Amino acid sequence: MLQDGLIMYEDSFNKINEIIDELLSRSKAECVFLVDKSGQLITKKGEFNKFDSAAFASLSAGNFAATSELAKLIGETEFSVLFHEGVAESIHISVVAGSIIMVVVFDVNNTSLGLIRLEVKKSIEKLAGVLKDMIERSKEDGKIQELDQSFTEAIENEIDNLFKD
Amino acid sequence: MSLINYASREINCKIVYYGPGLGGKTTNIKYVYKQIDPDARGKLVSLATETDRTLFFDFLPLDLGQVQGFKSRFHLYTVPGQVHYDASRKLILKGADGVVFVADAQKERVDENLESLENLRVNLLSQNLNPETIPLVLQYNKMDLPNAMDPDDLERYLNPKGYLSFEAVALEGIGVFDTLKAISKLVLKAISEGRK
Repeated sequence: MLQDGLIMYEDSFNKINEIIDELLSRSKAECVFLVDKSGQLITKKGEFNKFDSAAFASLSAGNFAATSELAKLIGETEFSVLFHEGVAESIHISVVAGSIIMVVVFDVNNTSLGLIRLEVKKSIEKLAGVLKDMIERSKEDGKIQELDQSFTEAIENEIDNLFKD
Repeated sequence: MSLINYASREINCKIVYYGPGLGGKTTNIKYVYKQIDPDARGKLVSLATETDRTLFFDFLPLDLGQVQGFKSRFHLYTVPGQVHYDASRKLILKGADGVVFVADAQKERVDENLESLENLRVNLLSQNLNPETIPLVLQYNKMDLPNAMDPDDLERYLNPKGYLSFEAVALEGIGVFDTLKAISKLVLKAISEGRK
């Protein structure tokens, strides 16, 4: 689990986005979200402007967590793939690198579940290495670089300004 | 779990409102949603029953704006307070960076507050979070009611460890932002000082 916090560096971020771009173009999906199991959105690519991404990420993680508990009740560890079928749009959710889930939204008239499954599987293999490496690096870095005392003070001022009646 | 993205220069933190059922967790979040600058907030998601009891969670993302090139976001979650939703509460605590414990100040509810505090401790441990070190603030809600306990008694019963605590009337917004400010600062401090 990523209880210690996750740090995403530019090189890992670019690699992840490249893999997802390739997935989008090969699978003809509409958009792809990478979300940590606690609900934090790691990255998003594609056409996602018609809905709220933060809410989408949080609900995806909640959905995955609830279904994992269902899995445990019947003796499974978790369901590694979930599929929600709609009339026009469907959602495919799968686990990548243990603690991260990938959510693919696709138009059922543009592509098929079979193609999505195939391409997702290929991408997961590529992503797993990058994400594991990123998680390891996050653990090694004891604290955030660049965030010094002046950052803390500045952000406390922002908090005071924003959080007021 | 905080997420720091150096590529998009974002810091994301998760704050969970915990406490007994009907204590005012959702009321806190709804007040924040109503009062805060609409540009600084995202969609308020409530997974509730038809009678407006929280079934799974409420979720509200808040955007602090840019500080030294970093965008900071707080994700506020509430848990369902009712005793039988314990499995859901555990799930929501996953990756929490800070907790607000919303206690119901009414005399009759002191046992439920204590039970919920103990339940929080157990569930934090189940998510590999350390109850001793996670940023935590207490809010004593419903202080306007005639049967509300004396603040000193609340401190003695519920806060032997001396966490920061705030008196509140969440329906009217009293104490809501003071609580949120306090936990936000504690969380950011913990992150910038180094992760446990």
